[in-house]
Amino acid sequence: MMANTKLVQEKLGKGLLWVCAGITLAILFIILAYVVKQGLAAVNWDFLTEMPKRRGRLGGIYPTIISTVYLMLLSVAIATPVAVGAAIYLTEYTKDNWLTRLIRFGTESLAGIPSIIFGLFGYIFFVLYLDMGWSIISGALTLAIMILPILIRTTEESIKTVPISYREGSLALGATKWQTIQKVILPSAVPGIITGVILGMGRAVGETAAVMLTAGSALRIPETLFDNSRAMSVHLYLLSMEGVAIEKAYGTALVLIVFILFINLATYVLLSRFAKKVS
Amino acid sequence: MGDVKISVKDLNLYYGDVQALKNNNIEIKDKRITALIGPSGCGKSTFLRTLNRMNDLIDSVKINGTVIIDGKDIYDSQVDVVQLRKRVGMVFQRPNPFPMSIYDNIAYGPRIHGTKKKSNLDEIVEKSLKAAALWDEAKNRLHKPALGLSGGQQQRLCIARLLAVEPEVLLMDEPTSALDPISTLKIEELISELKSMYTIIIVTHNMQQAARVSDYTAYFLNGDMIEFDETEIIFTKPLDQRTEDYITGRFG
Repeated sequence: MMANTKLVQEKLGKGLLWVCAGITLAILFIILAYVVKQGLAAVNWDFLTEMPKRRGRLGGIYPTIISTVYLMLLSVAIATPVAVGAAIYLTEYTKDNWLTRLIRFGTESLAGIPSIIFGLFGYIFFVLYLDMGWSIISGALTLAIMILPILIRTTEESIKTVPISYREGSLALGATKWQTIQKVILPSAVPGIITGVILGMGRAVGETAAVMLTAGSALRIPETLFDNSRAMSVHLYLLSMEGVAIEKAYGTALVLIVFILFINLATYVLLSRFAKKVS
Repeated sequence: MGDVKISVKDLNLYYGDVQALKNNNIEIKDKRITALIGPSGCGKSTFLRTLNRMNDLIDSVKINGTVIIDGKDIYDSQVDVVQLRKRVGMVFQRPNPFPMSIYDNIAYGPRIHGTKKKSNLDEIVEKSLKAAALWDEAKNRLHKPALGLSGGQQQRLCIARLLAVEPEVLLMDEPTSALDPISTLKIEELISELKSMYTIIIVTHNMQQAARVSDYTAYFLNGDMIEFDETEIIFTKPLDQRTEDYITGRFG
């Protein structure tokens, strides 16, 4: 009897978990399928390579792709060195005390702030106060601040997983702490750092509110860092919210999703190659 | 009787409030093998780590007493810990090659100490691998990942990596405890060969190992160094009853 009840419980538990996993997958699949179905009609080569006409009602989304790429790369390029430096400092050079706890609490809190607040800050500080205007650079700086916490966090975690035996091995050979960090710890932490960079890129590419307030919404190809420009996410928002062209909005959404998927895939390939090289 | 290389006087070590080493005194002879034996937690590894100041990495550790190597107190505030560790190298319990190629593992030490020329590095890598009896197994895969080697090969690689920085003293913290008997034998042979050039101090759980490879043996118990003498004397007619209990297996 007892054994039977346990068996039923086991099956019930397993079934319930299966349903949970199933629901998650199903939702994801439905969203993807819907966007693909709606968007596919709008997407073709011209859509990717042509300038938009009549505020996006006709033509393609070429400049918004370019702006998105610029914003993404620049924000990551700004944030990564700062984040890696901060993470190294926090994990290697500080002891656990009130100050480091405060810094950690600060970065955690930063991660939870709604993006519109970052946008507002970026608008007031970069766009107006520093007089950079609505531009790629204002947008990228704002995004960089936004993705800092996630980058610091993932870098810290990956540094912590580097075995203590590597550090000991290096120090016991007469290496200084800095040499050890540079030559042993950081290289071992690279996969984790790259994961953080990708997460940051994903967030930068998808961000709308903060970008709209700082990078602007001009539909043209940015030629300098100080040009007003419209990211894909902003374009998508404006197309749908202002009812300009809903099918073009779906087309943009599809491109955006494929774009993010591509970044993730590229990283995955890169990381597995890297893993093969060392072990 | 050789010259004294390391002289430890009244060494006490505390982890916070817990005293791990109690008034240790020992004189370690140059170019001899000294084994440190004793039950788990007796302080032998902690003692070993005081000799290249690896205990500095732990915040709660407090040390008093003197450790004199070649006439200089290594706990003097003038001492450059980095230079000390170059002279007093260490092999760990578990092989810990870096996640890079065999070549880069060996070249790591010389590179951080300023050797840049490829021909010099090539020479050091070959010499070190030969000295660690790993050259024949490794020469055709120098640029393959070190983590692809077997456990025993990895440990010999770690010894080669250490020899590449030309230390004077080799500290070995149970270097064979994670290895199979054949690999253990190879490491033991290697240790015996290295004796002519280096002062070696080896911590071991394995009493046969201590008897096989060492010239001198120190017996630790609860942070006390109970007895220190020539290995032959320790294993045949120890003075202290506690040493005898341990080596005859009555302890425990």
